[in-house]
Amino acid sequence: MTAYTATVTVSLKGGVLDPEAETTRQALDRLGFELETLRSADRYEVDLDAASAEEAADRAESMAERLLANPTIHDYEVSVAERGAGDEEEATGAETDGEATPADTSESAATDSEPAAGES
Amino acid sequence: MTVAVVQFGGSNCDRDAVAALSHLGVDAELVWHDDGLADGSGVDTPADLDGIVLPGGFSYGDYLRAGAIAARTPIVEAVETAVDAGVPVLGVCNGAQVGAESGLTPGAFTTNASARFQCEHVHLRVERADTPWTAAYDAGAVIEVPIAHAEGRFVADDETADRLDAEERVLFRYCEPDGTVTDAANPNGSRDNVAGVLGESENVAVMMPHPERASLPDIGGTDGQGVLRAFA
Repeated sequence: MTAYTATVTVSLKGGVLDPEAETTRQALDRLGFELETLRSADRYEVDLDAASAEEAADRAESMAERLLANPTIHDYEVSVAERGAGDEEEATGAETDGEATPADTSESAATDSEPAAGES
Repeated sequence: MTVAVVQFGGSNCDRDAVAALSHLGVDAELVWHDDGLADGSGVDTPADLDGIVLPGGFSYGDYLRAGAIAARTPIVEAVETAVDAGVPVLGVCNGAQVGAESGLTPGAFTTNASARFQCEHVHLRVERADTPWTAAYDAGAVIEVPIAHAEGRFVADDETADRLDAEERVLFRYCEPDGTVTDAANPNGSRDNVAGVLGESENVAVMMPHPERASLPDIGGTDGQGVLRAFA
């Protein structure tokens, strides 16, 4: 058995309104940041022991299917990394897409913006 | 023989439901989820119940998603058994979220378009009157009941929405006082103004508005009584 950390990222399907992200975007606007859209996602980090990265990914995927995500509104992604003492030999592990999720759905579009005008 | 009102940690409309049902002469009692549906109700099997209410509230603190954790408790499996046996089951507000999360009813209820908790009276158009939940009304009638939720926006994909329409499973839509279904009358951004739907069989229904809060003459009107008369 090997120690892994499976990361499950749950995000809204494309086209599903995200009022919390929209409210957050408006607040960023007010702070003077320039951005077009903002998407939010929930990330769960699951420490588990498994015989292989594939098994760890399968188990995390089942968790997403049965509880962490709601298939009506969510897509999810699972990635797995070995959890070591020093993490020097960290493996990228298996990556499993929930429902052919575009890789960018969970990333913020507002990563690099500088405040255009500071307000405080 | 009785109607079981299921209490989860964080339920807070359970007593309201019992009071409203009792007012209509229906024998209703609280059942703590961990006591089990049959044992907690004092019946042999869930199929022996006269009805089940999944009440409003904030079960499990709305952690993860509203209703998500309660939907995966053992008592909900017993509720599913009862549904299959034809027992009437009503989910209200958090109970509706539990119903959707458990797959008893289609779609999902998620964050209001306003991103705010909304507590207000709304008007609902009764879409059909030939179900146990709406038999007390005329089709097209308008009733006034309260909502109190932050996550009541009904979401369904195109296929599901089309199927709900084709199978006439929408019970209530948010509307103007005159019955017109408009965006302005939609308090939370629900798809097609859906406020309440039937499950696969018509003995199971969920709705975000609170009929039990509009059932006692001295408190909040009586327009919601008709829904609860399904248990009478």
